[in-house]
Amino acid sequence: MDDVILSLEGVGKTFPGVVALSDVSLSIARGETHIVLGENGAGKSTLIKLLAGIYQPDSGTIAFNGQPYQPKTPHDAHQSGIRIVHQELNLLPYLSIAENLMLENLPRRAFGIVDRKALNSRAVALLKEVGLDVDPRTRVEALGVAQMQLVEIAKALSYDSKLLVLDEPTATLTPPEIERLFSIIKRLKARGVTIIYISHRLHEVFEIGERVTVLRNGRLVATRDLKGLAVPDLVRMMIGRDIADEYSFDDTIVPGKVALSVANLKRNAATPAISFDVRHGEILGVAGLVGSGRTEAMRALFGADAKLDGVIEIDGKPVAITAPKDAVRHGLSLLTEDRKGQGLLLDLAVDKNITITDLSKVSRNGLLNRRAEAAAANDLVGQLRVKASSIEQAVRNLSGGNQQKVVLAKWLFRGTSTLILDEPTRGVDIGARREIYQLLWMLAAQQKGIIMVSSDLPELMGMCHRIIVFSKNRIVGEVPRAEFDQERILSLAYQEYVRP
Amino acid sequence: MTETSEPLVSAPVSPGRAKFLRFLIRDAGVLLALVLITLFFSATAPYFATPDNALKIFVQIAINTVLAAGMTFVILTGGIDLSVGSVLALCTVVGATVMINEDLSPASAITLALLACMATGAVCGFLNGWISTRWKIPSFIVTLGMLNMAAGAARVVSDNSTITGLPQSFVDFGNLIIGGFLPSIFLVAVLVIAAGWFVLRFTVFGRMIFAVGTNDEAVRLSGHNPDFYKVAAFTISGLTAGIAAMVYLLRLNIGSPIAGVGYELNAIAAVIIGGTSLSGGKGSIIGTLVGACILQVLSTGLQLLGVGDNFKPIVIGLVIVLAVILDAYRERLLRKIR
Repeated sequence: MDDVILSLEGVGKTFPGVVALSDVSLSIARGETHIVLGENGAGKSTLIKLLAGIYQPDSGTIAFNGQPYQPKTPHDAHQSGIRIVHQELNLLPYLSIAENLMLENLPRRAFGIVDRKALNSRAVALLKEVGLDVDPRTRVEALGVAQMQLVEIAKALSYDSKLLVLDEPTATLTPPEIERLFSIIKRLKARGVTIIYISHRLHEVFEIGERVTVLRNGRLVATRDLKGLAVPDLVRMMIGRDIADEYSFDDTIVPGKVALSVANLKRNAATPAISFDVRHGEILGVAGLVGSGRTEAMRALFGADAKLDGVIEIDGKPVAITAPKDAVRHGLSLLTEDRKGQGLLLDLAVDKNITITDLSKVSRNGLLNRRAEAAAANDLVGQLRVKASSIEQAVRNLSGGNQQKVVLAKWLFRGTSTLILDEPTRGVDIGARREIYQLLWMLAAQQKGIIMVSSDLPELMGMCHRIIVFSKNRIVGEVPRAEFDQERILSLAYQEYVRP
Repeated sequence: MTETSEPLVSAPVSPGRAKFLRFLIRDAGVLLALVLITLFFSATAPYFATPDNALKIFVQIAINTVLAAGMTFVILTGGIDLSVGSVLALCTVVGATVMINEDLSPASAITLALLACMATGAVCGFLNGWISTRWKIPSFIVTLGMLNMAAGAARVVSDNSTITGLPQSFVDFGNLIIGGFLPSIFLVAVLVIAAGWFVLRFTVFGRMIFAVGTNDEAVRLSGHNPDFYKVAAFTISGLTAGIAAMVYLLRLNIGSPIAGVGYELNAIAAVIIGGTSLSGGKGSIIGTLVGACILQVLSTGLQLLGVGDNFKPIVIGLVIVLAVILDAYRERLLRKIR
């Protein structure tokens, strides 16, 4: 490669308990569209954040345009000509499109008064470039997600960016919108803009990319020309492990009677009704793309969000669940995907986090028995091997895996009959991950029902008796263990998103 | 994606030592500040270090301490109560009106007045909490509304005049100094603080107050109703405003519709200086008592030093801001230790 625009040399980044990136070396050619693939937690977002100036690498060097590239802030990155369009869009909803586009450099007249005329005419030109035909004075909140995405790209273009990083831009788009986005990407490419494109959607990358880099567990697996590769090749590179090695599925656990059944659960008028059940002693996997409605279905079932309709039965008896407290009273537990925001009391100690689910067990007449509380907490901390300096340590300072164990401990403390786990191993290092698997099998052996939502397909295939697949809010299929097949489950997950 | 925003774990500190350091930074810091300020004024201000002056300070902090005790509950849940000053005014006129009823014996008049004060305050507080949780309105706004409504109600009830002529036994109790060193109204304040301390530290309810202030969504998903505890905290704040109104009547012997102007800000200042975090979940009611003491010691000390009434608020304002800055540092230190 003669004209390299960006090169990474031995780049690494470590967080407490997690090696996010390790020894990554990569060269991006000027003008190419480079695909970056990897499972959740493979290190893609860490890589982006290094380029964006949000994190700084612990080791290695990055060069951009032949110069050392060491951004300390996103502003530094912008100055160098690198722009990131993040998955979560960073637009100001109550400002106009034009204002958003030129926020960092508003055209001004005397006394710092914004030059509206220049602002809007420049905005029109930028919008034209991305093929968005909307009045630039429109407030951003009035736009759809796809349009917002285009505004973000137009914004990146307004600064004469040399390198554009698109982080899962199609995650929330419909097929026609994706088509439009791709034609814009091609146009940008023709203009000589270098693009790093990150996506989970394996089929689409062939259409726009030239080369692909695959990350796995923070390491670079390979960089290849996309020509000559097919989806199964990419999957193999992303997974890169023998499932049987990591998950020693226990055949002796035999599911019993139905523990929880959900019939015709309808979240709102726009979503289809879904039905599924889980048996005692069964681990039911829930697969699907991020945003396919898995999390939302679990939250509605648990009473965390409102639902329109549906019958929930526990051990064959219908129960009314309108708030999480009803679900908990009936023996359900929910481990949320956002453990810091929704699962933990970060500034409180380990013991207080564990006993919060049922303080009546460690109190009498409303008075806390601190000794009983400490004993119960110590017991669970030992059982789950939570690594903490003491039960009085604030959970904020624990690693991701240990925090997740604390969430599990709090539900074990309460005593649960069916446990719903949403991405239980996200951001959890491999050691703690295995311990969590062991624990789930133990719980299944105790005849608990377990629903496991995960984006990590090998994990689901290793752990579960059965997998149901979500695609665009619908349950599109159910695969029994004997028929587990990565390709089949993936194609089910994509089913409702496939372009007509 | 890998979650990667955890702070770096600092050098390990042994649990025992960590506990001591935590105590030192979180609780003893404010107390130390109080001791230093007191020593400073004792050395510099004439008449400051006398029993008479100490008694005066005790008498003067009583009302604010009672208000701040309830305010601590609200702030711990992450709310704010701007209405306590005018709720106090409303309660003083309600209490005084009941007490001057000539059909009642003094004992029953006083008892009824106490109950009426507490009930009036609790109802106002309950409304604050219920409205802000039911319609998800920031408590800042709701209690700002209540501030005006209660002030108006106080004028209506009192027909816009001060109410005098409280029973002599009641007035005498207000002037009582138990054992020559403990003013009766300060005793009331200390009892309220003690009750609050007990509830926050030893009861399930107290634990839930801290938990709700730390992360109400996590509390909800753990199977509780966080709104219940928020409404309860506001009700407690209203209740203590009612008790503070009785203390006001004991001290000044009049029910006044214009009482309590600005009291809410003093109460909030005491809570914040005492180390309770405005974002909720962190703090202590003992700190609140110390915070109320600091405010009054400063005020009295500056007065005795001859700092004029114009400059006094400037110094006190600076101390409040300083306390919040120190609080931010304190948080950082605590995170390193935990």
